[in-house]
Amino acid sequence: MIGIIDYDIGNLANVHNAIAALGYQSIISPDKDVLKNCDALILPGVGAFEDGIAALKNRELIAFLDDWVKKDNFLLGICLGMQLLFDKSYENGVWSGLGYLPGDIMRFETELKVPHMGWNSLIKNRDDRIIDDIQEGEYVYFVHSYYAVEKNATDVVFYTEYGIRFPAVVRRGNVIGMQFHPEKSAATGKKLLKNYLEMTI
Amino acid sequence: MLTKRIIPCLDVRDGRVVKGTKFKDIKDVDDPVRLAKRYSDEGADELVFYDITASYEERDIFLNIVERVAQHVNIPFTIGGGIRTVDDFRKILLAGADKVSINSAAVTNPDVITDAAKRFGSQCVVLSIDAKENAAGTFDVFIKGGRENTSIDAVEWAKRGQELGAGEICMNSMDTDGVKDGFNIKLLKALDEVLTIPVIASGGAGTMQHFADAFLRGNADAALAASVFHYDEIPIMQLKRFLQEQNIEMRL
Repeated sequence: MIGIIDYDIGNLANVHNAIAALGYQSIISPDKDVLKNCDALILPGVGAFEDGIAALKNRELIAFLDDWVKKDNFLLGICLGMQLLFDKSYENGVWSGLGYLPGDIMRFETELKVPHMGWNSLIKNRDDRIIDDIQEGEYVYFVHSYYAVEKNATDVVFYTEYGIRFPAVVRRGNVIGMQFHPEKSAATGKKLLKNYLEMTI
Repeated sequence: MLTKRIIPCLDVRDGRVVKGTKFKDIKDVDDPVRLAKRYSDEGADELVFYDITASYEERDIFLNIVERVAQHVNIPFTIGGGIRTVDDFRKILLAGADKVSINSAAVTNPDVITDAAKRFGSQCVVLSIDAKENAAGTFDVFIKGGRENTSIDAVEWAKRGQELGAGEICMNSMDTDGVKDGFNIKLLKALDEVLTIPVIASGGAGTMQHFADAFLRGNADAALAASVFHYDEIPIMQLKRFLQEQNIEMRL
């Protein structure tokens, strides 16, 4: 069973639908007692970093997630969910993140249009089980105005380029992040989610 | 590199996809979920559905379609038509849509753009504008399905929409809509000069070259079309290959 963390921030049904389409079961819940019995967790989310962290705090999920990660369980952050995994964000202020991945979240400073919205290609940094069967150059769907600046290049599996090169897929231990939306990224997104499910169940 | 996007548009009435010309002469085309899945399989980058159902009771039928599309399609999709309030946004997003497009109601109540952007994020707020060229050579915003001229300047309105919090502008040129004579390049160029958010070109697609013009001359980020796809006049994959040959970045 995959637990999709419901902290009232964005659309969770699509992640649930994508997992169902792969033949796996998931449960959308804000409840620690439900989530703790899952095989792996997904932290989705869209919107502002400040709201995301506040919502996790209000539901008393931060200590639970700290413990979950310390015990080496699998956690996948998607979009804002990935950004929350880092140390801190400079989105309209300075906000502390969950700190599972060393690095900060910065706004795109570019001549290009912001948000970075649409299909962009993946650039490989290193091999990992999470990207089995996925080639460099495959496209995934992004919608974001902020990006992660990683402290350790070894945490980055795929980069993407938009004015600058930024992490698209990260992994440190069993904490994984995807800046794009795998649940909206057609066949490539489906393979990535399938890899995560196979790794964790 | 970020690709340009090809977006089939599906007008839905009474649970069916229909197509009209210049907002008139409506013809039945297909089942929305079946057609959406087909376009997704054929390489569409995104989909847009407009609810052109007249009566309020039938809104629930449409929400059910949104849910079914979300279950069967794994590319982003936008819902528009009859959106008035932040609660309309909420219902559609909860049903599984990625973005909501607002048109007439934003003209009468611009605050709804800001409220929706604050609540759900700019990325899901698309400001859709129906525009028509006037005698002075600028463009007027029309509302109520193209029936009423507001005399508001379309380019100014798009800019204001960006300031209010819209994440994307969908510009439908009424002069070119349904006549397959090409997208309105003049209008797209004017938008490109003032906007920093993505622009979807809409209205006028007839040939593959029209799409190339929208991207290369109009600098649009995405191009939307209906009938050329519904009636198989332009297969999506063939179009994307054609565009890539002209050095336009495409997801193939």
